[in-house]
Amino acid sequence: MGWLSLEEWQAVRLSLDVATRSVLLSLVPAVAIAWLLARGRFPGRMLLDALVHLPLVVPPVVIGWGLLMLFGIRGPIGEPLYEWFGIRLVFTTGGAALATAVMSFPLIVRAVRLGLENVDPGLEAAAATLGAGRLDRFVTVTLPLMSPGILAGAVTAFAAGLGEFGAVITFVSNIPGQTQTLPLAIYNATQVPGGEAMAARLALVSFTLAISGLLLAEVIARRMHLALGRG
Amino acid sequence: MLEVALRHRFGEQGFDLDIAFTAPGTGVTAIFGPSGCGKSTILAAIAGLLRPQSGRVALGGLALLDTERRVFLPPEDRRCAVVFQDARLFPHLSVETNLRYGLRRAPAVAAGPGFEEVVALLGIGHLLARRPGKLSGGERQRVALGRALLARPRLLLMDEPLAALDAARRAEVLPFLARLRDAAAIPILYVTHALDEVDALADRLVLMAAGRVLAEGAVEELSARTDLPLASRRDAGALIACRVVAHDRERGLTRLEFDGGSFLVPLREAPPGSQARIRLRARDVAVATEPPRGISTQNVLPANLVAIEAVTGSQEAFLQLAIGPTLLLARVTRDSVARLGLAPGMALWAVIKAVTFDHAGLRPAGDRPRHDAMEAP
Repeated sequence: MGWLSLEEWQAVRLSLDVATRSVLLSLVPAVAIAWLLARGRFPGRMLLDALVHLPLVVPPVVIGWGLLMLFGIRGPIGEPLYEWFGIRLVFTTGGAALATAVMSFPLIVRAVRLGLENVDPGLEAAAATLGAGRLDRFVTVTLPLMSPGILAGAVTAFAAGLGEFGAVITFVSNIPGQTQTLPLAIYNATQVPGGEAMAARLALVSFTLAISGLLLAEVIARRMHLALGRG
Repeated sequence: MLEVALRHRFGEQGFDLDIAFTAPGTGVTAIFGPSGCGKSTILAAIAGLLRPQSGRVALGGLALLDTERRVFLPPEDRRCAVVFQDARLFPHLSVETNLRYGLRRAPAVAAGPGFEEVVALLGIGHLLARRPGKLSGGERQRVALGRALLARPRLLLMDEPLAALDAARRAEVLPFLARLRDAAAIPILYVTHALDEVDALADRLVLMAAGRVLAEGAVEELSARTDLPLASRRDAGALIACRVVAHDRERGLTRLEFDGGSFLVPLREAPPGSQARIRLRARDVAVATEPPRGISTQNVLPANLVAIEAVTGSQEAFLQLAIGPTLLLARVTRDSVARLGLAPGMALWAVIKAVTFDHAGLRPAGDRPRHDAMEAP
């Protein structure tokens, strides 16, 4: 990759890594939460809904700060995590993935929930009368039929995760090779004299990745709808 | 045997459901009534898709639901397969995988027709590789019938399986329903608001209105009663089980035998011995006090006048006529009743034109013997 420097390339790779890990981290909880929100009948459903959407409305810096308080070395979760398992999230790539996952969580939950609401409960009822138990129905009927929503959520969260800035920089700082993702590298470049060309190159990469991610999601979603017989 | 007793109240402005009936261990029991009378709710409660406020459902002595004893088997453990009005095939699976869905989950000991047999029975062999989205409405419903039957259920529930189809599609699927009924050795509960489906398929009838059971019994028996809403229909009339005896090709006539007598009807293409069931509309039956002469009517049968019932809100009356053990209904004007001095107990002649039978539905040819004849003595 001749036109990107080693340092720039590192930022691109790190961004892809962080975004991938964040999606993997949030996928299963997102499906569970989406199911609770779409199908659950329990007190506090509205509260859960609001909580999930918090990262959309609260400044990212505040989310980052909150994570720092919870997962810091002296935090209520961070301390036992470090003492018992030797896991440190602050200033690490894993921490960047966690911050990104929290920030993109509402996006993925929304998409998954939409996918789930498209599933006709009548089909699940039919599966039940044919002898399929709860888990069986979920795996053989609900999950495949909501898969376009899951995929759309994953790709959108991935594309958004490539660009997460505020929460990441607050929680895990800006360490090249560790936590300096694309947007952080772009921000850095704009802060040094003569960094305009680097900023422009990285911005172009970031733009290209995001657009191709969304296009890919669209193509796959269409194919899946065809495969599901929704033409 | 299926025993059902349910009570359920829907919401504030909803209606009360309060019903009880039984269905025998084989054959088709139709739940018949106008839309919104609670028929489908009963089916959902039996299948376990709805939890009624109180009630009991037992199948062959096993309680599927008993609110008093806190029994509620989940639908997947009830083995009551449902054929829904909208087929509800799984869109992401092929026809074959749909058909095998219930079969794969049926207990190994459960008996029933095999995959190949059901596919042949329903004529869906050429559809196996397709997706449900590529099927016509009639094909979809046939696959749904097969899927339900292959689940090896102990009870087959059908929720207006033909109601979403147009007339041509209904005519396409109805014979398959009859074949499935004959192949299935399990009770079938068939919800419908179409009387011709009752005539073609049902052995027993549970008549419903506004959340209550008005009457239950053999279809023939309820059809001959004048005190039920069935009697106020335009096509009201006795339903008579017949057997094709012989054809007279020269005269262009077929003789149908029923319990107590026989009819001459225009030539039919059913082989002798096959079962036929005809709805003889009350408005098509006339009576005479002495045998009429010089009349074109083919069927002049001695009958006994059992009862005279005024038709509410009209100048007409129903005559209940007995020919042997079989009951016919005739609808005549009150003036005729007075003019002929009709009174219960009188010996009359029932006059029925042969061409009247043209509109009456026959059970598909090559039919099985009637269920009551099949049961062990």
